[in-house]
Amino acid sequence: MVSGIMETKDLSYSYKEKKVLDSISLNVGKGEILGILGPNGCGKSTLLKNLNRNLTPEHGCVLVEDDDISGMKKKDIAKKVAVVPQSNEIRFAFTVKEIVEMGRMPFQESLRGPTSEDERIVAEAMEQTGITAMADRHINTMSGGERQRVIIARAIAQTPDIMLMDEPTLHLDINMQFEVLDLVKELSAKRNLTVVIVSHDLPMVARYCDRMILIHDHNIFAMGKPEDILTEENMRTVFNIDARFEKDERGVNTVRLFGSCRKRT
Amino acid sequence: MMGKGKKAAATITTVVVSLVLLFIFMLLDLSWAGNSSLSLGEVWDALLGHGTWANNIIVNTQNLPRIVFGIGVGAGLAVTGGVMQAVFRNPLATPYILGLSSGASLGAALAIMFSIPFIPLSLAQPVLAFVLCFGTMVLVYTISRSGGSNIKTETLVLAGVAVSSLISAIVSFLTYIAPSEKMGSIVFWSMGSLGDAGWDEIGLALPLIFIGIVLMVTQARNLNAMMLGDAHAMDLGVDVRRTRLFLLVVSSLVVAACVCFAGTIGFVGLVIPHIVRLILGPDNRVILPVSIIGGAAFVIMCDYISHFAAQYYGVLPIGVMTALIGAPFFIYLLCRRKKEVGW
Repeated sequence: MVSGIMETKDLSYSYKEKKVLDSISLNVGKGEILGILGPNGCGKSTLLKNLNRNLTPEHGCVLVEDDDISGMKKKDIAKKVAVVPQSNEIRFAFTVKEIVEMGRMPFQESLRGPTSEDERIVAEAMEQTGITAMADRHINTMSGGERQRVIIARAIAQTPDIMLMDEPTLHLDINMQFEVLDLVKELSAKRNLTVVIVSHDLPMVARYCDRMILIHDHNIFAMGKPEDILTEENMRTVFNIDARFEKDERGVNTVRLFGSCRKRT
Repeated sequence: MMGKGKKAAATITTVVVSLVLLFIFMLLDLSWAGNSSLSLGEVWDALLGHGTWANNIIVNTQNLPRIVFGIGVGAGLAVTGGVMQAVFRNPLATPYILGLSSGASLGAALAIMFSIPFIPLSLAQPVLAFVLCFGTMVLVYTISRSGGSNIKTETLVLAGVAVSSLISAIVSFLTYIAPSEKMGSIVFWSMGSLGDAGWDEIGLALPLIFIGIVLMVTQARNLNAMMLGDAHAMDLGVDVRRTRLFLLVVSSLVVAACVCFAGTIGFVGLVIPHIVRLILGPDNRVILPVSIIGGAAFVIMCDYISHFAAQYYGVLPIGVMTALIGAPFFIYLLCRRKKEVGW
């Protein structure tokens, strides 16, 4: 396995009395794409929010390159970890370029303008996500898919080592889903970027992730390559459905669903 | 849609227009002398100290301090309003929504009503206004924290409205039971007046306002991120809780400094940042600095008009003027606003 860049140790989190995550320990390798799967309310998004200290773990810790992030400044965390959040609804008329430029915030002093280096990185991020032509459009007039690309461009402009994505394909049509995930894969390969994706989309995760984690009962139920953990038995336990990992006729990873799928108990 | 060059041009135009307006009304206001007005030459001579005895007094001890203070108050209230709207992502957020000004009003009303032994009113009033303004801020903040460590914007606004109506009711009650000779000053104070502050008071308030404005402007970039939502801002490395608390404390300082000596002057904090945002877009690095000039120009304009009207009605409280002029203009802008503004 590649060397680890992010690690959690015994991470637990509760909302008031309700335990959401119980002693999660995981390790993400550099340049790896890791999928986190689990049923609604299992704590996937909560886990993601703990990874950049948007939420502070109740117990345990998160290490980025062996540094405990609980002792780091928010700004320094944002230099290493970028987030593509689930909700990207923005009501204010910021232009696309203004949003992408915000990705440079962790690197800038409060009153200084962007350096030429900042401008180059912003232009490159917009180029890579194909939004250069929209630079002056207002974010609040754009479709969900376009907004998603803008937010991804912002995350790229943060020049992070790790990108956390919460349901990145949620608002996108099927073609756009491939476009976004292809882009993520390409970035991961080109920049050795580590990506952690939280998703409900079994076939997509099986297709794009190097490794995945199934969360069940607030804990890691299984962790490993898609072909190893997306077994019929695991699918039944975690999701209560009939499905399993397969390679399709073109040799690509997918998840096959059987019949009516749902186990009725 | 606005390109970069166009945006810069619009910003410059707005700044120039506001500066010209500010300058014109400043001159008009300086030359105000009751039923007549002085000529520019007379104003100039008086400013330099060799005008006639009467002119010197009118310009240097009546008009000038009022205008200097008006510029500070206008700038301070407008920037604070812009900051609050961004912090709370709420178009109604103004220094008033958090109950800051009602807190200050209560302080002033208490000071006027119950003379404190050995402490002159001129000291007791600003101090009490300041203390209660600050206290209200802390109270509102504490109430909205009671639900958990993460403060929701909506909760904060609701707490502000609730506390503010409670305090307003107390002020109304005090006004109602006040003996008639004291009622007048409470009422006048609650409508706002720039003319009551002398150089001593201004010397205390202006530096506070100035420092507050500078501190708020340094947070413009963080405010932009916070306008996208708290989670976005945190992802971009903004310490949202600390930034918000910092801005709230600075805001209440500035508001207290304005309200202590000028009473409650409404609408500046609401209208000016909105107008700037309607014209120039949501970037706080533009809105906050432009609001400084816009707020000053607006207050001085209202001050002049309230004095100009004096020959018919006596000098009107400036708070009446800012609302009389501000509200219809705001309604007009609201009706023809473009969707893109975001609220």
